[in-house]
Amino acid sequence: MATIKIPPVLRASVGGEKEVGASGENVGEVLRELATAHPATESQLFAPDGELNRYVNVYLNDEDVRVLDGLKTAVGEADTLVILPAMAGGARA
Amino acid sequence: MSPSGAELLRRVKSEIEEVDPSEVNELVGEGVTIVDVRGSEEFATGHIPGAKSIPRGHLEQRIEGVAPDRSAELILYCQSGNRSAYAARTLQEDLGYERVRSMTGGITLWKDRGYAVEVPRTLSAEQRDRYSRHLLVPEIGADGQQKLLDAKVLLLGAGGLGSPTALYLAAAGVGTLGIVDDDDVDLSNLQRQVIHSTQRIGIPKVDSAEESIHALNPDVNVVKYQTRIDASNIMEIIEGYDVVVDGVDNFPTRYLLNDATVRLKIPVVSASILGFDGQLSVFKPYEGPCYRCLFREPPPAELAPSCGANGVLGVLPGTMGLLQATEVVKLILDIGDPAIGRLLLYDALGATLTEVKVHRDPECPICSRDPDEIRDEEMGVFPDYEAFCAAAG
Repeated sequence: MATIKIPPVLRASVGGEKEVGASGENVGEVLRELATAHPATESQLFAPDGELNRYVNVYLNDEDVRVLDGLKTAVGEADTLVILPAMAGGARA
Repeated sequence: MSPSGAELLRRVKSEIEEVDPSEVNELVGEGVTIVDVRGSEEFATGHIPGAKSIPRGHLEQRIEGVAPDRSAELILYCQSGNRSAYAARTLQEDLGYERVRSMTGGITLWKDRGYAVEVPRTLSAEQRDRYSRHLLVPEIGADGQQKLLDAKVLLLGAGGLGSPTALYLAAAGVGTLGIVDDDDVDLSNLQRQVIHSTQRIGIPKVDSAEESIHALNPDVNVVKYQTRIDASNIMEIIEGYDVVVDGVDNFPTRYLLNDATVRLKIPVVSASILGFDGQLSVFKPYEGPCYRCLFREPPPAELAPSCGANGVLGVLPGTMGLLQATEVVKLILDIGDPAIGRLLLYDALGATLTEVKVHRDPECPICSRDPDEIRDEEMGVFPDYEAFCAAAG
């Protein structure tokens, strides 16, 4: 089972967890399992066409899956997926 | 009978080759080694651009350091052309330099002809004391400190991230700090915005920040912009700065800043914070990815909270702001490996730092193009911009 790191804006959707486990052969399957277990994450991760939303990056370990095989990128048991939506906390300027 | 000094000089000059300043002027910047053999105090009053200083008394010991190849062209000069003549003969006769020449008339004739003179800047006694811990670091030293003093850094916001960044950059001796902020100091800021103080509640943040900066280091020139950055003023404000420090809390401004800095090729040290989490990266246009390469478009407004509305651990902007200040100093000094093409994710609760790679997007709507092609009306715009701004209120 791969580990998924959950960003702050999605933690409320997974019961406050920072990390959750999910199974699957590839990135798409792992994220689909996450969305099935925590339905509130689905619309935040996936666009209506089933692809990742453009404002969400997903990394397999430290590499952006878009430069790998996207949602088809193979995932191993020991891998970590990092979900990273854009974040803008800071100062008014 | 021993020769007089004047006779010796005539004889020495007849044994060496001399060169007129007009020819030397043609050779400046062309890779020819030019050595000033005057004393270091004379050198400090002004020298030929690019000349190396080796006082004549140290010539034999130090010349190999600047001219290891004895067959390479070498020009020596002094104040009037006499000391350099003796020095040329020494290098020619005793050390075997094959192509050494002494400049006729020295720097005096050079100046009379109106050729360029470089005056090395030196740190004052007070600056040597103030920055002594920098001067002791080999990677910084006097040259690096001078770079810091010459640097112009723009801070977007004198808030949570801008507070520690501004204070430490001021302490480090960054010569010019521009600060953009239209807000006044509020009691709720003081849990994290350490550049302000309880006494200064209600006054403009730019004024409060300036007061703290000058109390710490009066050398720093503070340029205040009591405004919000937008499409109408961004180019005017950021032009001329060496580095921009971005800690803005909203996506339209972040995209606008990205596009403007790509256009002007100004590196941006960017951080964001939320709750117990921080992100940091350095966007150096055309050397690494830009913000649009990282996130082609912003999330919908309901998924884009700012810490103003959501809360943040007070020390977190301190941590992230100082990581930003560190990256700024590295960029100015051109040392180390700035976080270009890398995004650092700091989890304060877990005390972990995760790093992911950020690639340049060959189809990036902004940085895949020539900076001159980026038009005013497309800066800061992204798909569904109108809807985003309407939803964000």
